[in-house]
Amino acid sequence: MYKIKLVPDNTAVPFLKYRMIAFILSAVLILGSIGAFLTFGFNKGIDFEGGILIEVGTETAPDIADMRGSLGGLGLGQVALQTFGSDTDILIRVQRQEGDASAQQDAVEVIKQQLATDFGDEISYRRVEFVGPTVSEELVIAATEAVIVAVLAMLVYIWLRFEWHYSVGAVVALVHDVILTIGMFAITRIEFNLASVAAILTIVGYSINDTVVVYDRIRENFRRYKKLSVAELINLSINETLTRTVMTSVTTLLALVALYIFGGEVIRGFATAMIFGVVVGTYSSIFVAAPVLLHIGLTHQKEEEDGFAGAERADGDAEEKG
Amino acid sequence: MNRFPMWKIIVVAIVCAFGILYTLPNFVSKSALNGLPDWLPTKQVNLGLDLQGGSHLLLQVDADTVKTKMMDSLVDGVRDSLRQQGDNVGYRDLAHDGEVVSFTLRDPADEDKARERIADLSNIMPNGQRDVVITSDDGQITLTPSEAAITARLSAAVDQSIEIVRRRVDETGVNEPAIQRQGNDRILVQLPGVDDPDRIKRLLGETAQLTFHLVDLTSDVGAAGRVPPGSKRLPSIEEDGRTYIIKNRVMVSGENLEDAQATFQQGQPVVSIRFDGLGAKQFGQATTENVGKPFAIVLDNKVVSAPRINEPILGGSAVISGGFNVAGAQDLALLLRAGALPAPLDILEERSVGPDLGADSIAAGEIAGIIGIIAVAVFMVASYGLFGIIANVALAMNIFLIMAVLSVLGATLTLPGIAGIVLTIGMAVDANVLIFERIREEIRVGKTPLNAINSGFARAFTTIIDANVTTGIAAVILFVMGSGPVKGFAVTLLIGIISSMFTAIMLSRMLISFWMQRRRPKTLEI
Repeated sequence: MYKIKLVPDNTAVPFLKYRMIAFILSAVLILGSIGAFLTFGFNKGIDFEGGILIEVGTETAPDIADMRGSLGGLGLGQVALQTFGSDTDILIRVQRQEGDASAQQDAVEVIKQQLATDFGDEISYRRVEFVGPTVSEELVIAATEAVIVAVLAMLVYIWLRFEWHYSVGAVVALVHDVILTIGMFAITRIEFNLASVAAILTIVGYSINDTVVVYDRIRENFRRYKKLSVAELINLSINETLTRTVMTSVTTLLALVALYIFGGEVIRGFATAMIFGVVVGTYSSIFVAAPVLLHIGLTHQKEEEDGFAGAERADGDAEEKG
Repeated sequence: MNRFPMWKIIVVAIVCAFGILYTLPNFVSKSALNGLPDWLPTKQVNLGLDLQGGSHLLLQVDADTVKTKMMDSLVDGVRDSLRQQGDNVGYRDLAHDGEVVSFTLRDPADEDKARERIADLSNIMPNGQRDVVITSDDGQITLTPSEAAITARLSAAVDQSIEIVRRRVDETGVNEPAIQRQGNDRILVQLPGVDDPDRIKRLLGETAQLTFHLVDLTSDVGAAGRVPPGSKRLPSIEEDGRTYIIKNRVMVSGENLEDAQATFQQGQPVVSIRFDGLGAKQFGQATTENVGKPFAIVLDNKVVSAPRINEPILGGSAVISGGFNVAGAQDLALLLRAGALPAPLDILEERSVGPDLGADSIAAGEIAGIIGIIAVAVFMVASYGLFGIIANVALAMNIFLIMAVLSVLGATLTLPGIAGIVLTIGMAVDANVLIFERIREEIRVGKTPLNAINSGFARAFTTIIDANVTTGIAAVILFVMGSGPVKGFAVTLLIGIISSMFTAIMLSRMLISFWMQRRRPKTLEI
């Protein structure tokens, strides 16, 4: 039976040889992302910016320009309109109103009245959301905290399970992924909302998962091959886990692409971010997380001194009993 | 290790049976579920508001009002304590500035007497501190409520508001509303199936404090002249610009109402009210003493109407008329039945989803899920052959387990939650991929099929644990720190991580063992 093999057996790509190119590429992407973020910022959704979002369904495709003129004349400041998925599905976004939460609510009333005048019964409300200023500020703080706490928690876990070199390497890779994802949001103008934070945290989870698999193999190979240089060892480990890295990326991407195409308009931004994150996370496990170990002084000595990690292997060597 | 241990087979069988049995109710209609025998599981996955349509409102109790009311009642308390029949303690400038209540004694020598009189206003709280600190300086006495006392009062106001909000929402007939406290001063209201919450928002926007006062006739009502002490000027609810001067003293308040109904009187919608025992007595007494004078019906500091008392009203029933329309009368009756809020509520956040969008989202999620599963399954078989099929069985079981756990926990499935399941589909095969790749490696170094499989599983085990714990940390943090739909995503992701570890390590292992025992292959095709 013929089987797909994305990575041939006994692949030996000299990944570490290209690490400087990868580092430069990563550095450029990181600087670019930071630059993009500082220049453009996020296209913040109402979760973080406050404001009003109304999704309406109409029976026939309305004239967006007319609608924009009609709603724009209400004196509510910026009103943005776009079709959402289909011609008869319109997303109306109104900037946050001056004043407290009740000002947002009053604005919703004004818009609904105007739409009732313009469309009568031919309009249905698919979604009405408004977020007042206090809540949006709190959501920003909570989201930032969540990302930082998640990264720190993983740092600690890897420190306990491996040793500090690995946790530094993993965090470098994580920060790399998060910054690139932030840059992606800044450049693509995909709306940045609560789901985007969920996407970033999932990317963090996915990327660390990928990185840990490579690290696990590096740790194992340190015990198995005492004579290999650290660079050779890391390279060997990346190659040995390469098939798995690629396979898992492909299956995850298959599911995400299905979500992107068929999952509906609301979820599309999330799927886009995740697809980007899986690609970046896979890249960073191979080209950032593993090679970084070489530069922060991981040696054979260090590995042997680490009693906890050494003891860990005893139960894993079951093949001798077989 | 040739045989898969019996106890593990039993565990796997039980878990799988649980997964399938508890997922099934989700494919059965609600009415059919009611016909099933009791011992069968009937719980379905809760759909979030974004999937079934509904409205989410975040309310905040107005802390300033709570504090002001607390101060007002403290002022009243001081006045009542100092003015006693035949033994008044003279004072002036009794008022509060929002933070402290203060007054000055006419005779500084009364200080001890005054302090003794108002001592009851200061009580020891459960934490050992006094709720109101009383200090005096040369005839000037100040009462300062402590931070803790204010917090406790706010907390009580929130609890009371929740109760009132619940009653008001229940009166509107919403099915299974969820009303819960959030943080210090907030109330989260979730109304499934309500896509246009305007009426409910309007109902929650009213405090509905109803009071009856005598109209102060000593002053020229129409003019903007001075309001006599002990009275206040309130606007009319009906006529713009018209005001009434009414006495501060409350004849009867809405707290003493027993019932309120919208009815008609001379073709006009009105609200008929009935007082409880105490209310009827107070109302009867007040109307007996003031025949011929007008009294004001005040709702939220606006005068609804000010009819003349034609005769003593002793039956405990009265009618409020004020130019209502039918809906207005019904809403007022509802509000009066449910009771008054201790303080106004602000709506901080609203998210309402129409039923169409929810249904579209479910349909889209289902299609994405099915196509995702098919794509991953085909790819796995193409990559691993027979072992791919085993991984797919594990994948299918995974989805059953996620659905079963969601059903049993009564967790809420949201749109991001569906995304979490689809993502889990992609990531679930990861543990199997790790194992299969290990087995391939072991075969390459020349091990027998049985040894390769055993050591493949054993060696992949720690990797699977480490890799999944780290992803699990992200999911737990999302769950703890996230809100609403994001929490839903975290739940499915977390359940998916745990179930994928189980299916990979236990279920696929078992299936491979069974296959090995039957076929006893000399070489392994993987």
